[in-house]
Amino acid sequence: MKERIEQAYENRPKRWLFELSVTLVVVFLLIWSASGIETSGTTQNGGKIAMNILSGIFHPDTKLLFNLTTKGVPYLLLETICIAFLGTIVGAIISIPLAFLSASNLTPKPVAFVGRTIIMAVRTIPAFVYGLMFIRVTGPGAFTGLLTMSLCSVGMVSKMYIEAIEDLDTKVLESLDAAGCTTWQKIRYGILPQLMPNFASTAIYRFDINLRDATVLGLVGAGGIGAPLIFAMNAYRWNEAGAILAGLIVLVLIVEWISTKIRVKLARG
Amino acid sequence: MSIYDKLFPPKTITLANGKTVQKKRTRMPLVILILAALTALSVKVTGFNMHTLVSRINEFFVILGQMFSAPNWSYMPKVWGPLFDTIQMSLLGSVAGAILVVPFAMLASTNVIKNNVVVTVMRLFLSIVRTLPTLVAALIATYIFGLGTLAGTIAIAVFTFAYMGKILYEEIETVDMGAFEAMEAMGATKVRAFVSAIVPQVLPSYLSNGLFCFEGNVRYAAILGYVGAGGLGLILNEKIGWREYPSVGMILIALFVTVFIIETISRAVRRRLV
Repeated sequence: MKERIEQAYENRPKRWLFELSVTLVVVFLLIWSASGIETSGTTQNGGKIAMNILSGIFHPDTKLLFNLTTKGVPYLLLETICIAFLGTIVGAIISIPLAFLSASNLTPKPVAFVGRTIIMAVRTIPAFVYGLMFIRVTGPGAFTGLLTMSLCSVGMVSKMYIEAIEDLDTKVLESLDAAGCTTWQKIRYGILPQLMPNFASTAIYRFDINLRDATVLGLVGAGGIGAPLIFAMNAYRWNEAGAILAGLIVLVLIVEWISTKIRVKLARG
Repeated sequence: MSIYDKLFPPKTITLANGKTVQKKRTRMPLVILILAALTALSVKVTGFNMHTLVSRINEFFVILGQMFSAPNWSYMPKVWGPLFDTIQMSLLGSVAGAILVVPFAMLASTNVIKNNVVVTVMRLFLSIVRTLPTLVAALIATYIFGLGTLAGTIAIAVFTFAYMGKILYEEIETVDMGAFEAMEAMGATKVRAFVSAIVPQVLPSYLSNGLFCFEGNVRYAAILGYVGAGGLGLILNEKIGWREYPSVGMILIALFVTVFIIETISRAVRRRLV
């Protein structure tokens, strides 16, 4: 028995050459990337700054945190939620036709390929570049943020929509055909029930991400909570930054909790 | 029975064999009402204005045209350096974050650690790290570690840590625990049993998710330069500031090609993994 085990062990597939080459490539890549890491010289008081940041974040400026005017954290959070929400809605709506055009099981291969490349290009351009471009259109403010968020959402949402469309179960459509349904009935009872939960779930997921990414918008003056946060940090006012971060973290945690609940419900039908 | 069902009682349908079934009323009107209310509020707060959008949207395409109609090819030699910086930052950051998170993910899995307090604390910690915006992490890193790619690497490591942590503990919780229990019964320590029984099961999806995260990080790393954390963002910001749109177009094309190549390789590798 023992001999047979050892024999089987001896006959195991030998892949050391493959494994060795993969290891070498990975090690080489890591050394290469470590060689490129540089800094303008770590400041001696780095540790002190870190302590200041931590103490500021744990002693948030409560006046700012519970200030109910348009300068206070609650209003800024509301503005951020609104930008993220409307951005998601607009992005999700634009994504629907784009995704149907780029799904390889519905459209001819060349069209689908062009559509996918465009979507990838949209996804690649960083958010702040869009922000700076839209500022020329609408001027600084929450409206610019909304447009930026919409365009950024299109990149990811339509990619996930395409995957959902390509996973469509066509047998349902065939059986509806066999039962003598019209095209509209096929869409209503064959396609929508398959796609709707998936689409809604993707949109909710993207809303989560948009809320988190909304700080990027502040960089270019496109509204939301980002700008006050970055200003406070650049001016080393850590108490203010702490107050804003505390508000943001609590909000994101709550939204994530709710959205997970809804998405689990959607997935289970 | 929820409040909604009390307000709108379910429809009773009598079947052909005399049985009755109850069909709940659809929730759709309620969902649409909530969405409409939120949309109206958002339109008001963000100052959405269709008129401005339609009348001035051509400005957007003017800039877009300047970027891509004639990209400044002679600028390309100056793009290589920051481009490689961006790739190096995201590679090292992704690897560091993905490796560091393993013990934390292990401590956050309910099937490995039976102590509820440890699991809850770990999960809360991972959630809070996840909510920290990458940009804020990068900005803090530049204060502590100075300007340059090191700060960007650390910001990406933090982001990868947060992203991989959640996926990894969810993955660990779905593995087959038989081998782990057998090893513990034989007297192996938790860490030993984890390495021998759970790691082989989660390794393929762990690597696959790590690669996926790396793809995204290359894109993210391009933003980090904006706060001085090195990479493409630095020159991107500079060129936009000077309104040299043909150069901006060149940088974006370089980034796009890089991301495309990395995605193609990583997709091929991931298909073999899973």
